[in-house]
Amino acid sequence: MVDVVIVGGGVCGCSLLYELSRYKLSAVLVEKENDVSVGTTKANSAIVHAGYDPHPGTTMARYNVEGNALVKELCEKLDVPYKQIGSLVLAFDADQDALVRELFDRGTQNGVPGMKVLSAAEVREMEPNVSPEVTSALYAPSAGIVSPWELAIALAETAVKNGAQVELNSEVTSIQPIDGGFRVTAGGKEIDTRFVVNAAGIWSDKINDMAAPHTFTVSANKGEYFLLDKSQGTLVNHVIFQCPSKVGKGVLVSPTVHGNLIVGPNAEDAEKDDLGTTGDGLAFVRKMALRSVPDINFRDSIRNFAGLRANTEIDDFLVGETEQKGFFNIAGIKSPGLTSAPAIARDVVRMLGKAGLTLDPKETFVDERHVVRFKHLSHEERAAAIAKNPLYGQIVCRCETITEGEIVDALHRPLPPCSIDGVKRRCGSGMGRCQGGFCGPRVQQIIARELGIPQEAVMMDRAGTAVITGETKMGGRTE
Amino acid sequence: MNETLYDVIVVGGGPAGLAAALEAAKEGAGKVLILERNNELGGILNQCIHNGFGLQFFKEELTGPEYASRFIDKLADAGVEVMLGAMVLDVSADKTVHAMSREHGYMQLRAKSVVLNMGCRERTRGAIAIPGDRPAGVFTAGAAQLYMNIEGYMVGKRVVILGSGDIGLIMARRMTLEGAKVLACVELMPYSNGLNRNIVQCLNDYDIPLYLSHTIVDIKGDKRVEQVVVAKVDEKRNPIPGTEITFDCDTVLLSVGLIPENELSRQAGVEIDRRTNGPVVYENMETSIPGVFASGNVVHVHDLVDFVTQESQRAGRAAALYAKNGEPQGPCIAVENGSAVTYTVPQKIRTENVDKFVEIFFRVNFVYTNMVIQISSGGEVLARFKREHMAPGEMEKVAFPKALFPKIRDGKITVSVVKEEDAE
Amino acid sequence: MTELICIVCPKGCHLKVDEENGFSVTGNSCPHGAEYGRKELTNPTRVITSTVCVEGGTLRRASVKTSSDIPKGKIFEAMRLLDNVTIPAPVAIGDVVVKDILGLGVDFIATKNVPKL
Repeated sequence: MVDVVIVGGGVCGCSLLYELSRYKLSAVLVEKENDVSVGTTKANSAIVHAGYDPHPGTTMARYNVEGNALVKELCEKLDVPYKQIGSLVLAFDADQDALVRELFDRGTQNGVPGMKVLSAAEVREMEPNVSPEVTSALYAPSAGIVSPWELAIALAETAVKNGAQVELNSEVTSIQPIDGGFRVTAGGKEIDTRFVVNAAGIWSDKINDMAAPHTFTVSANKGEYFLLDKSQGTLVNHVIFQCPSKVGKGVLVSPTVHGNLIVGPNAEDAEKDDLGTTGDGLAFVRKMALRSVPDINFRDSIRNFAGLRANTEIDDFLVGETEQKGFFNIAGIKSPGLTSAPAIARDVVRMLGKAGLTLDPKETFVDERHVVRFKHLSHEERAAAIAKNPLYGQIVCRCETITEGEIVDALHRPLPPCSIDGVKRRCGSGMGRCQGGFCGPRVQQIIARELGIPQEAVMMDRAGTAVITGETKMGGRTE
Repeated sequence: MNETLYDVIVVGGGPAGLAAALEAAKEGAGKVLILERNNELGGILNQCIHNGFGLQFFKEELTGPEYASRFIDKLADAGVEVMLGAMVLDVSADKTVHAMSREHGYMQLRAKSVVLNMGCRERTRGAIAIPGDRPAGVFTAGAAQLYMNIEGYMVGKRVVILGSGDIGLIMARRMTLEGAKVLACVELMPYSNGLNRNIVQCLNDYDIPLYLSHTIVDIKGDKRVEQVVVAKVDEKRNPIPGTEITFDCDTVLLSVGLIPENELSRQAGVEIDRRTNGPVVYENMETSIPGVFASGNVVHVHDLVDFVTQESQRAGRAAALYAKNGEPQGPCIAVENGSAVTYTVPQKIRTENVDKFVEIFFRVNFVYTNMVIQISSGGEVLARFKREHMAPGEMEKVAFPKALFPKIRDGKITVSVVKEEDAE
Repeated sequence: MTELICIVCPKGCHLKVDEENGFSVTGNSCPHGAEYGRKELTNPTRVITSTVCVEGGTLRRASVKTSSDIPKGKIFEAMRLLDNVTIPAPVAIGDVVVKDILGLGVDFIATKNVPKL
């Protein structure tokens, strides 16, 4: 019997696995897909929120402000791309000026450090490319940007390094109470465990209902995005928000840690499996974004995507033990979930301890990670790196300057990727303007070689996302 | 670190780089180096296994690999040095080239002149924001071509092609011949951007329908593409509700345009023309940085490799001369585009550097019949050239005689295209 | 009278072929066009390009073409001859890959050099 099974390999599940791996206990994370971080964690605004938005007194407010500091700390330790660039909430009229002041007050109550209400002139000085119609803005210097999937992967990798277990391709199909715990059936295998933590994101209601009384329903709400080329990545220097209103939180414009510009999201109710973008949704995002930053050149778009928010009936996160003793939820995690995840994880560890889990720290806990990012090396470091390992001399992704050495590194770290997008999430290959047109086949070859599988078996992303449908010249005609 | 001084460094070993390097060597440049990021020379020609190359230049019909080999085979005799698997990371205005390869490590190379021959890349789904799901099975036509022709893999069985650029048309035939069913070729514009001969021999030969003024409005599929929805568009290229056609398919190929790959040029500080997305060049293919030249698809996207070769020979020759003699001097005129013309190459002409005439390349903005190309200056038409048929997909070329240069006023000429009856 | 687009070169001349008049061609700008127009209506032919499996080479496939044009109606049949053919590296441009396709006196020949691995 293991001590804890975590259901779901998003940033919440991975954060918890990492926190649990500090202790002398057995923890297993089960994930239905072939990689961690592939649900909402990979499709969101990638913002580390300051924490002025949630209403004081909510768990959201507490986790957000705590999480803001923790994400920064984790990213430094685990070598995850992060930049504390600060955020602006723009006001365009007197009503919104008042809202900005209200957000300032909320933030003060929540304990957000360093905020300031800026005049129109001050905004323009900080951000020359924002709309001249801005009347004031809330500045929050603690806001940042992060690579969400790299954070989740780094947490999971580190946890595995410390002895925790990740079971991929393991969809949970049942959770049965047994003596002293639960029998979790995942990917056809049975795991007996003392505690279960449900971090199944958009599907967390389904998992909850397998073991605990039905207390909430997750309804998906879709947000669509544009990702723009690096040529647009320096248009703004901060995360640029609009004032929240009746119709939603507004569309943000922000640099990404990878140097691109992200624009989005809208908010539309959707089915839980609907990750499609729509012509109307994208047109809305575009129109709204141009209000904040009129000069965005959407011809430099390199990708569109959509993510799903896990909304519930309650306007707060659902974190804690259920009526079913030993079964915990981390559910209803919408924005600012990414920021809050590390704080939630620490809190859940505390709760598990209270519920009887022994938390005996490991003496050997490894709490650092180092990744070679060739393009960030100096000339001398590059020369030395190639001299040591010639694979660093072979560029695979030319748009993002990613070397074969980095890809091979990723394939031999704990929790290796098995798909082209899995490598992309770890190394950044295919993230550039050609979107993997040149490097995709090459990355596929390297994965096949390193994992010892046929090239046809290397998927684009999830299981079943086949890139190649067969070989030419094999007489295998279908028609 | 390697610090050899080269006469000419050529960045890229595709058709442009090959021609530039050989011509530079022929012109007397002693040390010429090609830096090629792939493990073989020839660039995109290697995957263009269809024939039709070389009719202009070699007066015979060759496949892409054959065309490339005609140049590759001459490199050794010409004394051109080649580094394969060598990625150029930076070119500076003082012509220091930072490059690296597995074999040679990190290199800092110096050259008297540099020729930029990086070619172009394909526009992607993201660039044109096609809505819908994000399943596997959406490829740029060139990526699919690489998979099929070089690697030997099929990328799908039932295919819809968006865009009627030449690569898309070629791939329609190629996939059909390999047993796939190509259901449709869908083109946003009311005309095809590909060559007429490719419409005939790639689509018509295999009864593949071409839907002009149509676009893909939705891609559906969970893991692999399952359906695409195509709709007719109005004059403003907006989809018309109610005209949707659904195709059951597992593959979408995109042939929606090519973009010159000028990241290195931009880093170096080369002036870029917004119309071509390529460097602004002089008549000898020199960029705004003295001694840095560019030619081929990195300057403007060509339809025929033969013209890439000719243009690159000019660049290679000029690079060799620069290495020997330095910058050509003398007065300079600007070439501007007038009615119906979307860009011109070159954009600048140093009159004393022209022998008998200067060739001006350009494209038009729509399909026209019975037109006159006019080159004018100071309100006077200096030269006229008749054309029966013009299209955006077909690059135009005129030879403007040096004898007319004295008539140029205000240091500029304008290239415009007008209807025959409106010609002056 | 049949209207055709010439495919001999990228120019794509608009041809008119008069079937009633010994397949005389107008609209062509070179003799190749006249020949194409006549042939297209009497016995249309194409050069076929494809690939073939290579063993022990730096690449898995070598490109090939028919050494001359073959009747349009024979294209798919000719293509099938390339299935399950594997040639050993090295491959040189011009190497005969499949001899005398369908008794037409035309070969599939390599169009790419593939060195030994």
